[in-house]
Amino acid sequence: MHRPNAKDLLAGGLFLAFGVLFFVLAQGYPLGSARRMGPAYFPQLLALVLMAIGAATSLRAFIAPGPPIGSFALKALVLVSAGVLLFGLTVEAGGLAVATVLLVAIASAASQQFRPLPAIVLGVGLAAFCAVVFRFGLGLPFPVIGFWR
Amino acid sequence: MQEILANLATGCATALSTLNLSYCFLGVLLGTLVGVLPGLGPVATIAMLLPATLTLPAESALIMLAGIYYGAQYGGSTTAILINLPGESSSVVTALDGHPMARQGRAGVALATAAIGSFFAGTVATFVIAFLAPPLANVALSFQAPEYFSLMVLGLIASIVLAQGSLLKALGMVVLGLLLGLIGTDVTSGSRRFTFGLPALSDGINFVVVAMGVFGVAEIVRNLEDRGSGVAITAAISRLLPSREDWRRIVAPILRGTALGSLLGILPGGGALLASFAAYAVEKRVSRRGAEFGKGAIEGIAAPVSANNAGAQTSFIPMLTLGIPSNPVMALMIGALIIQGIRPGPNVMVEQPQLFWGVVVSMWVGNLFLLVLNLPLIGLWVRLLSIPYQWLYPIILVFSAVGVLSLSNAVIDVYLMALFGALGYLFVKLDCEPAPLLLGYILGPMMEEYLRRALTLSRGDPMIFLTRPLSAAMLIAAALALATVLLPAVRATRAKAFVE
Repeated sequence: MHRPNAKDLLAGGLFLAFGVLFFVLAQGYPLGSARRMGPAYFPQLLALVLMAIGAATSLRAFIAPGPPIGSFALKALVLVSAGVLLFGLTVEAGGLAVATVLLVAIASAASQQFRPLPAIVLGVGLAAFCAVVFRFGLGLPFPVIGFWR
Repeated sequence: MQEILANLATGCATALSTLNLSYCFLGVLLGTLVGVLPGLGPVATIAMLLPATLTLPAESALIMLAGIYYGAQYGGSTTAILINLPGESSSVVTALDGHPMARQGRAGVALATAAIGSFFAGTVATFVIAFLAPPLANVALSFQAPEYFSLMVLGLIASIVLAQGSLLKALGMVVLGLLLGLIGTDVTSGSRRFTFGLPALSDGINFVVVAMGVFGVAEIVRNLEDRGSGVAITAAISRLLPSREDWRRIVAPILRGTALGSLLGILPGGGALLASFAAYAVEKRVSRRGAEFGKGAIEGIAAPVSANNAGAQTSFIPMLTLGIPSNPVMALMIGALIIQGIRPGPNVMVEQPQLFWGVVVSMWVGNLFLLVLNLPLIGLWVRLLSIPYQWLYPIILVFSAVGVLSLSNAVIDVYLMALFGALGYLFVKLDCEPAPLLLGYILGPMMEEYLRRALTLSRGDPMIFLTRPLSAAMLIAAALALATVLLPAVRATRAKAFVE
């Protein structure tokens, strides 16, 4: 027996998991009937379909072979996500400029051509641009830097 | 005929106002820019700019966003020809013959051919919309809940049948999208669903956040996987105008490409990408110079660029008349309409003629802008290409983050964008395309509403979808579409068509 198709297996598993998650969450709402659909009716219907698709995709993994998943850019994914999350964490207390510099500095490190100084220069430039355009121009209700509103 | 002229006159009045002319210009300029820049596509750009259009009148917003879409098709072909680097997926085929031509010192002629083909196709497509949209909307006006539900089923099925990749996974992505679209308050019962008790989720997750995550952030991570830096510009631009011999060779391919593109654009799931691939394959078969294709045949540029532009424009027909998105860009357009408080569907044409016809006419105006704007500016676009990606993607990230933040000034949207980015990257690695997810996401709440109304109408009997002729026809068409893909013969050619 050959190894199962990893992409299909994982994709099927994800669909199955999402299907179960939505089905269980929808248990908390009234189902109603076809005549008077409750808030749980359509989601549970869809969740069942998604579970079926997930099961079929997983099963197919054992029938048809396929290429392996391939390299996963974990470093890029972590740095880019961390940069965006940190932007969200700091924008209210730290301000737009601080959040922007942090996002640019962290996300830039995901590139193979990363050099710290140009990244910081880019971050500061973008921070100034965002402060002028989004804070003062469009009136986005977030501080520029901490106390400076 | 008289009526069409009157409609186009309404459109001119809207599209030719100074305000809308400038937004149209801005749209095609931005579109060309993102078309030229690899790694930044029209979906992410439109999602990024949507928050900024909230304050504009609906027609100006749509005119600008539409300009970004067809401008990007145009810009993509420029880089495909000059440096063999298609800025857009739909211009991949343009590079096949465009770049060899550039290497032979005929870059100028190739670019001019692309411009002429695009402009001609854009003009024809504008008239196709003007002729086809009103009758289609009239039919749609008689639709009731069962017909709408079946239409959405058909639209979703057709879009995944025509897309590339595994059908089963695409189907899974659609259903997951539909489910995610249901997050938030149920309009009928008022109960909050899948919100995990977070008040910020009670209005659902803004679709811009989802689009920016799966198309913007995920795409950046994917681009960072492997990217050598530095782009070599190989072609100098010499003469621009095609010779008499060239003209003779491009007329028929442009006509064929325009016809095929207009047709494929209307189909759900169609649009620029499918149109350009199909036109190249057809042209290769019918042309007497088939053997020269891939080595710099001018026919191999003329046909796909015409089809590309025609398809990009006619894909507005199902969006504007039926409220059905045929691709992710159209899904964003529908989202833009909803944000503006306009319910997409056939009523748009009746209640907002200035919006509908203004957008249609603006497409022709935009094509004119592209023609006069781009040939002189090619040098500038090429120079933009030397911006390294390590500078570009942090800028995209900042604008994305600030963009979602400005949607409703809620920090949670930024976190959700990161979440959808990670999820989107995971799905891409598993060969699950994000486009069906976004289509499902937009249609989820509408589908539930129509299903609910249809079943109330029939007192709970699901046979209503099969006893009403129009609804039955659409469901049968959807079933047939699914069945044909499952046939082994079609499957083989479908795989082949996308490899080519």
